[in-house]
Amino acid sequence: MSLIVRNLSVDHGAIRAIDNLSFIVEKRRLTAVIGANGAGKSTLLRTLSGLNQATAGKASWGDHNLLKGKAELHVRKGVSHVSEGKSVIPELTVEENLELGALWRRNKKEAEETKRYVLDLFPRLGERLKQRADTLSGGERQMLAIGRALMSKPQLLLLDEPSLGLAPLVVEQIFQTIRDIVNSSSMTVLLVEQNAMGALKIADIGVVLNLGKIAAIGPAADLIADPAIRAAYLGY
Amino acid sequence: MNQFISSILIGFSQGSIYALMALALVLVFRSTRVVNFAQAGQAMVSTYIGWEVINRTGSYWLAIPIAALGGAILAVIVQNFLMRPLSKRTSEGAIAPVANIIVTLGLLGVLHSGAAIIWGSEEKLLTSPVSTNGFKIGENVYPFSATDVLIIITSVIVMLIFAFIFKKTNLGLALRAAAFQPEISRLAGIRVDRVQTIGWAFSGAAGAVAGVLIAPGSYLNPYSLDILLVFGFVAAVIGGLDSLVGAAVGGIVLGLTLSFTSQYVGTALTFVVPFVVLLVVLLLRPNGLLGGRSSRNA
Amino acid sequence: MHNHHRRRLIGFAIVGILLFLLSNRVGVLRLYQGSTVSMYVIAIGSIVLLTGFSGQISLGNGAFMALGAYIAVLLQTYLSLPLVLTFFVAVLGAAFFGLILGVAAARLSGPYLAGTTLALAVALPSLVNQFPVLGGEQGLMFNAGSAPEWLGEVSRFKWLFWISTLAAIIACIGIQNILKSRYGRTWKAVRSNSTAAELSGISSARSKVLAFVISAGIAGLAGVVLALTAGTVAPGAFPLSLSFAIITGAVIAGISSLLPGSVVGAVVLVGMSQLVGTFTSRFQMGDILAENLKELIVSALLILAVVFTPNGPGEKIRAMREHRKHHSHGGVR
Repeated sequence: MSLIVRNLSVDHGAIRAIDNLSFIVEKRRLTAVIGANGAGKSTLLRTLSGLNQATAGKASWGDHNLLKGKAELHVRKGVSHVSEGKSVIPELTVEENLELGALWRRNKKEAEETKRYVLDLFPRLGERLKQRADTLSGGERQMLAIGRALMSKPQLLLLDEPSLGLAPLVVEQIFQTIRDIVNSSSMTVLLVEQNAMGALKIADIGVVLNLGKIAAIGPAADLIADPAIRAAYLGY
Repeated sequence: MNQFISSILIGFSQGSIYALMALALVLVFRSTRVVNFAQAGQAMVSTYIGWEVINRTGSYWLAIPIAALGGAILAVIVQNFLMRPLSKRTSEGAIAPVANIIVTLGLLGVLHSGAAIIWGSEEKLLTSPVSTNGFKIGENVYPFSATDVLIIITSVIVMLIFAFIFKKTNLGLALRAAAFQPEISRLAGIRVDRVQTIGWAFSGAAGAVAGVLIAPGSYLNPYSLDILLVFGFVAAVIGGLDSLVGAAVGGIVLGLTLSFTSQYVGTALTFVVPFVVLLVVLLLRPNGLLGGRSSRNA
Repeated sequence: MHNHHRRRLIGFAIVGILLFLLSNRVGVLRLYQGSTVSMYVIAIGSIVLLTGFSGQISLGNGAFMALGAYIAVLLQTYLSLPLVLTFFVAVLGAAFFGLILGVAAARLSGPYLAGTTLALAVALPSLVNQFPVLGGEQGLMFNAGSAPEWLGEVSRFKWLFWISTLAAIIACIGIQNILKSRYGRTWKAVRSNSTAAELSGISSARSKVLAFVISAGIAGLAGVVLALTAGTVAPGAFPLSLSFAIITGAVIAGISSLLPGSVVGAVVLVGMSQLVGTFTSRFQMGDILAENLKELIVSALLILAVVFTPNGPGEKIRAMREHRKHHSHGGVR
């Protein structure tokens, strides 16, 4: 099973946010999409998870068409999306946020198991189960957001800027956890990041996006080594 | 029991009806960000359904659940066939910010006149199963009656049912999540459209119970619940418009305020008090007495 | 710009003269309906200005109409002021109440404002009953007097038609000038993006209050015209359904179209009332049924108008034309 994006275009009003994009994400790989602000990274994820409408092209996960149907149905096909900016519900408790991700499966026992797995990954959430999500720190909220997505037992995890607004140390910790998840499960991850260096370091494949088009694609290590990419996107 | 305690009890009984109406408004506002001004009309039609039940079976007890069911079905129809298509059609232009308000108003008009055509505009009487005469203690008769006790008990039961559903069940969790963050709920796999419809159904049921409870104390005609809408709205605003607990508290606060002003100042102020309370709350505590964080510009 | 302005005034003058000539040729019923159309034009204008331009909504403009009407009738009954002065003071009075509510309104929006003004509309009629000086349910008689003698013999209905039409024309000129002025542009700016407007130095609160005050004043004027035509002022003349009807009239031809929007809306309201009247008397239905049928149709029309032509038929036609153009160019953006 792989994520196949073919000739995908997405319009934001009069602006073409994604322009004829094609790429493939292999199973069990961690692919990082990097690029400047406004390169179309978030739009790409929002389109794949059914929040935005595509203008043209195809996108599929296995035999599931990602451009048809609503976001809530993609989850049922194994696609979970952590949207930009700590996608948790602040008014609910940590535990409720987690349970939310497993509600659609209507299987209490399985949900309990998944919860245990998530709390093993993020032990700090376990200490705060009964607290409202808005009492958490930024890093904890991001962990909760990822945890909520994992509760749906995804095969494809779409992560939008998990490092946004977090301290460097916390970012490193979260990136490491993302790498661990890929290593220890059969999950495929598409990670969108402004923090290009950090993302490429943990990724298998890197995609550089510029104004809705692919500027470069290849093994993450190669991209890091490429002087042109370094100068334009990695800042040194 | 003296006059003071009697006023408190009356305040609670009337206030719990306002609380139910406020609950109806808040349930819809939370799930779809619409203040449903047609709620008065929907509750009125449901109350007529209750009246028909009493007419045919003679049982007020049966009238409450059937009216509630009718109210729920009506609300689902309104949401599915009117409000949902509407929001897709009116996202642009000068009409966009007011389309919801205008359409619920139009619906109120349709329900008013429709009910008047079906049931006539003359007043109907819903007889309470228990006495509406005030309790008598010694020589004194107090305005607090067995019907008031019935109102309080029924309202409390309805609110407990809601509290249980919202706090203890999966459906409740989905309802709360979809109300606060529809997009994130979608990403978590919640069928938000369906959940919103259930929110509307609950709202319709709450409004219907409010209507059936208030009708024995006053009369029923196509317009008689409009004032309850105003009271419910004021109560909801006191509670912050998107808090269920706030709606209940707001209803009681308004009920007590009204009962004390009519006891100690005069009944003439009944229609002025809510208006003044509304303005004071909006200007001094714009997020309701319990104080949420959302702004009034929703 | 000035040329434009003059041309518009000439247009209004021609319309006025045509209506004057017409008034000598039609019967009493048409004159009465004409006065009602004028009343609706003014009332709808108050909504167009408030909702279509400043983006606020008031369900209470029926209440402001009642205020204007009661102020006018009190001035006539107790001070016997000249009619022109009565109009003037009534408008100012309604505008003053608009100021009080407007200050609160500026801090509210959408549902809060709608609810507050709805509360006003529901509360006002019952308030009237609390003050014996206002005549209770029966209301007070309002006599507009007769035409001055130098006009020759003028029937009561023709005289009322003249007054209401003149009031409507003056109101339209006034509203149009306000909308074309700095204030009108400010309202539009605040409505479409209040943050941007604030940043460019516009006080959105003050601009909203101003719109509310003007709208209340205009509604007051409509109230006086209504009272004049009816000959009495009673709480029953200002039911919630009046506020609904005005909003329906404003929505039918597009909520931000003053001309011809408000005239179209007003004619539809009055014409429909006549149609329903003919229909119900033809089938010998009772008065109450006729009244309810009318309200049913007005309300249904309101819903249908918002659902099918949200920003008026003009906007719809424009959108369809653009759609077609879009397609004929092969979908190129």
